[in-house]
Amino acid sequence: MKKLTSVKDLEIVGRECASEQLKKPKTITVCSETGCLTCGSSKLADAFESEIERQGLSGTVSLRRSACLGFCERGPVSIILPQKICYLQARPEDVPEIVQKTLGGNEIVERLVYKDTQTGVRLACVDDIPFYKHQMRLLLANNAVIDAANIADYFAIGGYSALGKVLAGIGKDEVIEMIKGSKLRGRGGGGFPVGIKWQTTKDAPGEPKYVIVNGDEGDPGAFMDRSFLEGNPHGVLEGLIIGGYAIGANEGFFYIRQEYPVALENVQLAIEQARKCGLLGKDILGSGFDFDVKIHRGAGAFVSGESSALMNAIEGNVGEPRPKYIHTSEKGIWDKPSCLNNVETWANVPLIINNGVEWFKGIGTEASTGTKVFSLVGKVNNTGLVEVPMGIPLREIIFSIGGGVPKGKKFKAVQTGGPSGGVLPESLLDLPVDFDELKKAGSMMGSGGMIVMDEDTCMVDTARYYIEFLAHESCGKCIPCREGLRQMLNILNDITSGRGKEGDIELLEELSETLQEASLCALGQSAPNPVMSTIRHFRDEYEAHIREKRCPARVCKELITYEIDEEKCKGCGLCMKNCPAGAVEQIDKKQFKINQTKCIKCGACFTACPEKFSAVVKKSGKPQEQAVAA
Amino acid sequence: MNYSASEEEAGLPDKIALERDVAARLKGFDNHRRNLIPILQDIQDHFLYLAPEAILMVAEHIGIGASEVYGVATFYNQFRFHPPGRHPIKVCLGTACHVRGGDIILENFERKLGISDGETTTDREFSIERVACVGCCALAPVAVVDENIQGHMAPSKVEGIVLGYKIERDRIDRERENEPGEPA
Ligand SMILES: Cc1cc2nc3c(=O)[nH]c(=O)nc-3n(C[C@H](O)[C@H](O)[C@H](O)COP(=O)(O)O)c2cc1C
Ligand code: FES
Repeated sequence: MKKLTSVKDLEIVGRECASEQLKKPKTITVCSETGCLTCGSSKLADAFESEIERQGLSGTVSLRRSACLGFCERGPVSIILPQKICYLQARPEDVPEIVQKTLGGNEIVERLVYKDTQTGVRLACVDDIPFYKHQMRLLLANNAVIDAANIADYFAIGGYSALGKVLAGIGKDEVIEMIKGSKLRGRGGGGFPVGIKWQTTKDAPGEPKYVIVNGDEGDPGAFMDRSFLEGNPHGVLEGLIIGGYAIGANEGFFYIRQEYPVALENVQLAIEQARKCGLLGKDILGSGFDFDVKIHRGAGAFVSGESSALMNAIEGNVGEPRPKYIHTSEKGIWDKPSCLNNVETWANVPLIINNGVEWFKGIGTEASTGTKVFSLVGKVNNTGLVEVPMGIPLREIIFSIGGGVPKGKKFKAVQTGGPSGGVLPESLLDLPVDFDELKKAGSMMGSGGMIVMDEDTCMVDTARYYIEFLAHESCGKCIPCREGLRQMLNILNDITSGRGKEGDIELLEELSETLQEASLCALGQSAPNPVMSTIRHFRDEYEAHIREKRCPARVCKELITYEIDEEKCKGCGLCMKNCPAGAVEQIDKKQFKINQTKCIKCGACFTACPEKFSAVVKKSGKPQEQAVAA
Repeated sequence: MNYSASEEEAGLPDKIALERDVAARLKGFDNHRRNLIPILQDIQDHFLYLAPEAILMVAEHIGIGASEVYGVATFYNQFRFHPPGRHPIKVCLGTACHVRGGDIILENFERKLGISDGETTTDREFSIERVACVGCCALAPVAVVDENIQGHMAPSKVEGIVLGYKIERDRIDRERENEPGEPA
C-alpha cells in the first residue's frame, strides 16, 4: 500500500479497495479468534483454502480469516457473503461439500446451519438466527468483513473516511461539539460524557497533550475489548487519531493487557500499516497534523485500569491510583493533560463522524445513546459477544439473544459491571439496560461483562469470589480498602464454610459503608457492590448459610454432602475408581457408599456417575445433619 | 512457592551466559524510567522469569535501586521470580470460569500433579498458576496449557492432558536410551 498524502488519495484508495473486493463475488469468512481457534477454526480455514483452489474457484471466491463473529458457543463460525449464510461447527470433512454447493453453487448444506432449539426449524441466514436477529451490530458487524492483518479490508468499507472528513475541514472545536452533541458516554465503566472530557483536556494548560486507549479490560469474565483490538484495530486507531486531532495531542498510547497476545500483535500491525499509509506520522494526509502512537503492555494489575494508576504504569511506576481531586484529563502522564478513553468508546467515534450526531442520538435512550457490547457468559445457552441498543431490557438479552438458561435450570440472577457491579435478580429482568438504570438498581454498566447465574450458583459464594479477587488486587495504598476488604473476606469465608454468626450480615453492611465513603479510588468505593447487592436481593441465602449451615445452591463445599442413592446405583464402580480420597466403599457386589469422614467433596464421583444413573446426589447441608435426618 | 530440583538438573542457563544475554537485551532500551516495565517484560518473555542477577542489572541500567525494581515488579501479577515448569498450566478463575466450576479444574490439576497453585513439580515438568480471565469466557471453564487454550474443561480432560504429556515424556526418554550417541 502506498503512502497517502491527501484526503483525495484516501478516497481513491477506498474506492479501489472496494472494487478490488467485488472482483471476487463470494467470500467465506472463518472466525479465527481465540475462542474459535480452540475449536479448530485454523484447520477449517486451511481446508477451505486448499479446497477452493482444488475446485478451481480461486478466481471467484476469497477466504478471510476474521476476528470474533460473536457466536462463540457454536464455534467455529463461518459466514458466506454476500448471502450471509452462517455455518456452525463445520469441520474440515465438511469443506468439500460446502465449497461445491454453497461457494460453487447456491445450495445450502442444511445440517450445518443453525437449528432453532424450540421449533426445530433450520435457519441459514445470519439475520434470521435469534442470536443475531435481536442484536444491533454497528461495531461488531465489521468483524465479518475485515481481516485485521489487511488494512485494505478496512479501506474497502470506508475505513479512515471519518478521519478524512475531519482533516478536510471539520474544525477541532466542531469535532468536540459533535461528540458532545452525540451524548456519547464512556464505555469503560463510569459512563462519563466523552465530549466534556475531551474539552477539558483540550482547554487544560500544558504541552504536550496525550490521548490514551484503555485496553486493560480488567473485568474477569469480559472480552469485548479484546475482540475490538483483535478484530478491527484500525477502527479504534481511527477514533484515537481523530481524538488526538480535536484535543491537540500529537502522541497517543494503547494500554493493552499482556494476557492478550493476539490483540497486541494486531494492534502493532495496524499501527505499522497506518504509518506506511501516512495515516500516522508527520503531516497526516497533507493536513499538517502530526500524530503517532506507542503500545504499553499492561503487566497485570486490575487497579492499573483506573485512569491515574494506568498513567503511573505508563511512566514506569507502580500502577497505583492517586486521589481524584487532580484530574488526569488535566494532569496525567508526566503531569501533562491526558485524555483516557476505553477501547469501545474510541471505536464509536468514527461512527458518529460518518453518520452524524442525530443518527447516533436516535439509537438508545435519551441519556444513554448508541449501542453497547456485552460479553454474555455463564449459565446461558448462547454465550458470546452481543451488541444491543442501550435501553433494551435485560430479559431480551438473556432470553431472546442468549436463549435462556441451559439444561432447563431456573434463572437466578445476572451479574453486570464486573467486580465493581452487582447482581440483579429475576424481578429486575425488565430493567432497561442503560447507565443510570443499572446504577439505580445497585449494579452498574461497567465495561460490559454480563454473567448469567442459575439456581446452582450460590450468591454468597459469588460475593466471596469478588471480594477475594478485589482483596488480592487492592493496591494497599489506602487503609479502608486494604483492611476493609480483608475483613470482609474473612467474614465471607466464615459464612461459606459454616462458621457464620448472627450479626455477620450487619457487619458486612457496616464495612461496606466505610469502604464506599473512605476509599481512595473507585476500586474500594465500588468494591462493596457485589456484597451489598447480594444481601439486598438474596438475604435468605446468607441466612441459610449462617443459621442452618446449609448452602441452598449446593456450592459451598463445607455445607454440602455427597451420597449414593441405593435405588439408583447400578454398581458400575466408576465413583470408587475416580475418588481420589478413597472415600467410596464397596458394601456388596452392587452397592457403594461414601464414607463421609474421608470425603473431600471434590465432586469426582458426582461427575463420574453416568448421567443415565445419576445415583450420586449432592445435598445441601453438612453430613452430620444429613445423618441425623436420615 | 517452592521448587526443589537443582538448577543444573533443570538445564537453566548458567549465570555468566544469563548476564551476557541480559546485557545484550538492555542495549535495546535507553535508560529512561518509562522503559522499566518494558525491559522487565522483555527479560521475562525471554527467560520466563526474573532472575536476581537480571534485576540488579536492570536497576543499574535505569539508575535506580534494586529495591525499587523489585517494588515495581512485585506489584504486577505478570512477573515471576522463579522459573516455571516446562509445561506451564494456567487455570482461569475469572468470573465466567468460576461459575462454571473453574476451581474444580484447578483442584484436579493440583491433585493430579501433587503441587499447589504457584508451585512447580520437582522435575520441573509442570507448574500451576491461577489467572483471572484469558478472554475466552464463552468457553468456560478454561485452562491454558503450554500457551494452548483448552475450553470446556472437565475433570476427565485434566486427566487426559497430564497423561498425554507423561506418554510423550516416556517416549522421548525411551528414544534417548536407544540413541546413546546423541547429545542430551
Ligand atoms: C479499579 C478500576 C479498574 C478499571 N479498569 C478499567 C479497564 O480495565 N478498562 C477500562 O476501559 N476502564 C477501566 N476503569 C475505568 C477507568 O478509570 C476510566 O474511567 C475509563 O478508562 C475512562 O474511559 P471511558 O470514559 O471511555 O469509559 C477502571 C476503573 C477502576 C477504578
Ligand atoms: S473468565 Fe475464564 S476466560 Fe474469562
